[in-house]
Amino acid sequence: MRIVFKTNYMQDIRPWKDGYQLSLYLILLAVVFAAPFFMDAFYLGEMTNVLIWAIAGLGLMILTGHTGQASLGHAAFLAMGCYANIILLDAGVPFMIAFPLAGILTGIIGMVIAIPALRLHGIYLAIATMAMSILVDDIIVLTEPWTGGVGGKYAPPVNIFGFMVDRWGTPREFYYLVLVVSVIVTLGYINLLRAPLGRSFIALRDSEVSAQAMGIDVARTKAISFAISCGITGLAGALMGLFAGAFNNETFSVVISIQLLMMIVIGGLGSIHGAFFGAIIVGFLPQFLSIAKEWVGAIAGGSSVAIPGLEFGIFGMILIIFILFEPMGIYGRWFKIRTWFELFPFYRKDMFKRQKSYLKTERLR
Amino acid sequence: MDNLQLLISGLANGCVYGLIALGFVLIYKATEAVNFAQGDFMMLGAFVTIGLTNTEYMGLPFWVALPISLGVMAALGYLLDRLVIRRMFGQSQTAVVILTIALGFVIRFVAGLIWGHEPQSLENPLAGKEVSFGGLVLGLEDVAVIIVTILLTWGLYEFFNRTKLGMAMQGASQNQLAAYYMGVPVKRVQGLIWGLAGAVACVAGILFAAKGAVDPNTGLMGIKAFAAAVIGGFGSLPGALAGGLIVGVIEPFASRYVAAGYSQIAPYALLLAVLIFRPHGLFSQVRVKKV
Repeated sequence: MRIVFKTNYMQDIRPWKDGYQLSLYLILLAVVFAAPFFMDAFYLGEMTNVLIWAIAGLGLMILTGHTGQASLGHAAFLAMGCYANIILLDAGVPFMIAFPLAGILTGIIGMVIAIPALRLHGIYLAIATMAMSILVDDIIVLTEPWTGGVGGKYAPPVNIFGFMVDRWGTPREFYYLVLVVSVIVTLGYINLLRAPLGRSFIALRDSEVSAQAMGIDVARTKAISFAISCGITGLAGALMGLFAGAFNNETFSVVISIQLLMMIVIGGLGSIHGAFFGAIIVGFLPQFLSIAKEWVGAIAGGSSVAIPGLEFGIFGMILIIFILFEPMGIYGRWFKIRTWFELFPFYRKDMFKRQKSYLKTERLR
Repeated sequence: MDNLQLLISGLANGCVYGLIALGFVLIYKATEAVNFAQGDFMMLGAFVTIGLTNTEYMGLPFWVALPISLGVMAALGYLLDRLVIRRMFGQSQTAVVILTIALGFVIRFVAGLIWGHEPQSLENPLAGKEVSFGGLVLGLEDVAVIIVTILLTWGLYEFFNRTKLGMAMQGASQNQLAAYYMGVPVKRVQGLIWGLAGAVACVAGILFAAKGAVDPNTGLMGIKAFAAAVIGGFGSLPGALAGGLIVGVIEPFASRYVAAGYSQIAPYALLLAVLIFRPHGLFSQVRVKKV
């Protein structure tokens, strides 16, 4: 049993609870920074993929997990970030300027899109963003002179302070690039949640009406949330484009949007850990399934069979199980286990029991 | 004359969209949840009927297979509510949205496992026949789709207004608590509505598979039905049907008169325009939320 003894008020808003927790995260950071020295290129590539998904997940988490606005269209912002980055690079802008600029541009576009979308709630917002995600596919084809249309575009290797960073040529450098971006984004996210802005996001999520009564400008806060969320997603999109090497209008389809939302739900809505846990599931599930298929094929004594759509089928089943039995996702389960150890003999079974809730109707008649 | 031909085929497509949208609206009205898997229900209904009717599967006569597949889909809808959706009672709309999207993935996967990923069409008594009214040549399927949709809508209208169960469903959808006080078994009624939505999806699937071909990804067409439901205002049954017809008619005209590349945008652009300018649809029912 561990007791955190608080001696001053700053401890309440410090990003870490105590030295023990801080040291755990520092050890984790050291391990991921040392990863290239004990991992081969294939698994390093997988790690990079997971981290890119995690950044995208963090972007969506701000909007869906902390502001409570479900978006089924974030692949559109991935696409915008990706194309903005590559178009700027092709125009001769150095990567260190093009990359943040891609994020900022995506954020601004996201805010502009958010202004009409602010009037929409719940499912209407989800449907509108979904329609937008479908439209982006067609828009990329229509703006062929810039985007390359169906033929797509190829990502050039990028130059960072004299280092040439390329997904295939120098996987280790590319991994460090993604890792540094994800660490910066995560630290920014933690700080955002401590700041008044992040608090007002959470207030909006929990009750729009009470947030308004507390003096929060609902429309402005939602627009800022959209902007930050889209900006981070744009950064992830730029990295995704560099990671994929080649992409076209179908790379960022609406299915990616749906997968992104499902990912953060599996990981745990409303927690930074959730984005990373979800990304691990999304990143490693295909590998795990192909290994499992070979294994089953070897036992059944034949060649492994190809089952189209298996990945999404399994993904859907995992998601259904989580929503029904652990709505807080993997993070929620981990949190419960951690609490059990922290409170060792005093953990009660009903500690996290959900309260009975009734549907509040949105209709008047 | 060409325009009339386009109009009729657009109306026939629109009826299918309208029927899927009808399923959305039925469930939304009853439970305030949106079933994102409704398009996949339609696909599954089509495949169940194909599995019963087509000669390479069971080869039953069409009129025997029809009630069986309707029953199967209604039972599936009811069981889905009973076993999965009801556990979500009182949780946020977003959670239900994500749950039904996941259900859609699973349904698509299962359908692909059983019936494969090749497009298949339903062997039906009307296939390939045509009727002509003074120079206007129409596929008999298109005419049948329109007639069946009109009959089904009329039947649903009568059901909701004349029968005791229909009135109970209306009551439960308008105010769950008040309906419960009046002795309506709200949970069972909601289950029945899911069953009804399953059956309506099955009809839409049969009509769609008779006109064209289905494969497991046909369910994604449900997104167009969303456009229909949103244009209709999500809360009204005639609105959903009208929205479906609008989307269905716009599509062929857009592909004929608008430059290639822009035409497939039309339904979604209309959807976004409606959401921006009339957020609660052309036939709106929802007002500002009160505390």
